[in-house]
Amino acid sequence: MQLALRTWAILWKDMLIELRTKQSFSAMIFFAALVLFLFGFAVGPDTATLSRLGGGLLWIAIAFTGMLSLGRTFQSEEVAGGLDGLRMYPGEVRAIYLGKLLANFTFLLVLEAFLVPVAVVLLHLEPWEHLPVFVGIMLLGTFGFSVIGTFYASLTHHLRARELMLPLLLFPALVPVFLGAVNATSLALAGDPLGQIGVWIRLLISFDVIFLVLCVWIFPTVLEE
Amino acid sequence: MSELSAPSLPPTGRAPLLAAGALVAMVAGSAAGLLLVPADALQGEVQRLMYIHVPAAWLAMLSFFVVFVMSVLYLVQRDLRWDRVAASSAEIGVVFTALTLLLGSLWGKPTWGVWWTWDPRLTTTAILLMIYVGYLVVRSFADEPETRARWAAIVGIVGFVDVPIVYLSVLWWRTLHQPPSSPRSTAGEFVYVLLLNVAAFTLLYIYLMVRRYRIAVAESHLEELQMEGA
Repeated sequence: MQLALRTWAILWKDMLIELRTKQSFSAMIFFAALVLFLFGFAVGPDTATLSRLGGGLLWIAIAFTGMLSLGRTFQSEEVAGGLDGLRMYPGEVRAIYLGKLLANFTFLLVLEAFLVPVAVVLLHLEPWEHLPVFVGIMLLGTFGFSVIGTFYASLTHHLRARELMLPLLLFPALVPVFLGAVNATSLALAGDPLGQIGVWIRLLISFDVIFLVLCVWIFPTVLEE
Repeated sequence: MSELSAPSLPPTGRAPLLAAGALVAMVAGSAAGLLLVPADALQGEVQRLMYIHVPAAWLAMLSFFVVFVMSVLYLVQRDLRWDRVAASSAEIGVVFTALTLLLGSLWGKPTWGVWWTWDPRLTTTAILLMIYVGYLVVRSFADEPETRARWAAIVGIVGFVDVPIVYLSVLWWRTLHQPPSSPRSTAGEFVYVLLLNVAAFTLLYIYLMVRRYRIAVAESHLEELQMEGA
């Protein structure tokens, strides 16, 4: 209960910061759309090719944009010793991780709410037939990304060259999420005649659960002084 | 800083003996692999690469397992000795992972017709290399010994837990590799030669660890001296 309240407080604080500095959010949506345009230029204007690659391109755009937003998670706490302040509150420091994780998750979901329609138009995607499954996959994939992304962001934020360190650590670790999300998304978009989508969804769920437990458990070690 | 006491490095002790043992075993293993056993009926001479490819892969796995165990030990006991062992093992592991990929690539070209294929074990090995290069880079970016050890241990644990999941996901994604060389799939004398090479590589690992650990101790002495001087 205490943990939930603290988590909620951190989440609320970070959301409030986002709401008051909307410019970074809109800039990020434009960045994500820009990535999709670059894919269009790289792949060519052929409708069939674009929609066949759609799932993968969408997730690369999410991963790149998500990367940028993760970097800010703990940077905002650098100012005026914010993190030291948070750490000094008595009680469970894991709430800091959970709150930041949910903030990242929410932020990315809102971003996707803008990005997916753009991708649907630009890449000629057809998510309508399996819309609930498609949304479920977006939720699971984004959660997995946030779980390990928030964790590594907390680890790298006071390293030198953190802009380089975060993707270097995060992208190899993300391979299962990326494979699961891309394959499941592609199947949800293009149809799934062999019924393979379940395997990928189970992979995403397993990854999310395993790393949520591991990261929550080990997080206090990250914050030690 | 008038009198610098000589840093107390761990004694070299039996290290030269270990080196000799590893050398003899490697020479014997290579000779056996090249001369003693016949070439594979289907793949021809190139199959002899197995005698170093498989031991190199084994060594990579062993190294990263040691990194994992030492990382857990460090977080439990907070003894920098464990961190030095982990760092030494990670470096050796990265070298042998790269060697495994290189040898696999050389083997792949004549048998599969390509240098690289998106086979599950190949792909996982490449991701493994990236995870542990990340581990080494984290180390190089942190200055304070305790902090560096703590962060490295965390990366060492999370990375190791990720490896089987990466493997499983890539396995589902793609499959095209001969099943792992194991006593079941390799017959008779092949097995003994392979085991000899595995033993030789393991001896080499132990020797390299002893040497690298000594360097790690010297490095931390140097760091202390630099901090005193600063």
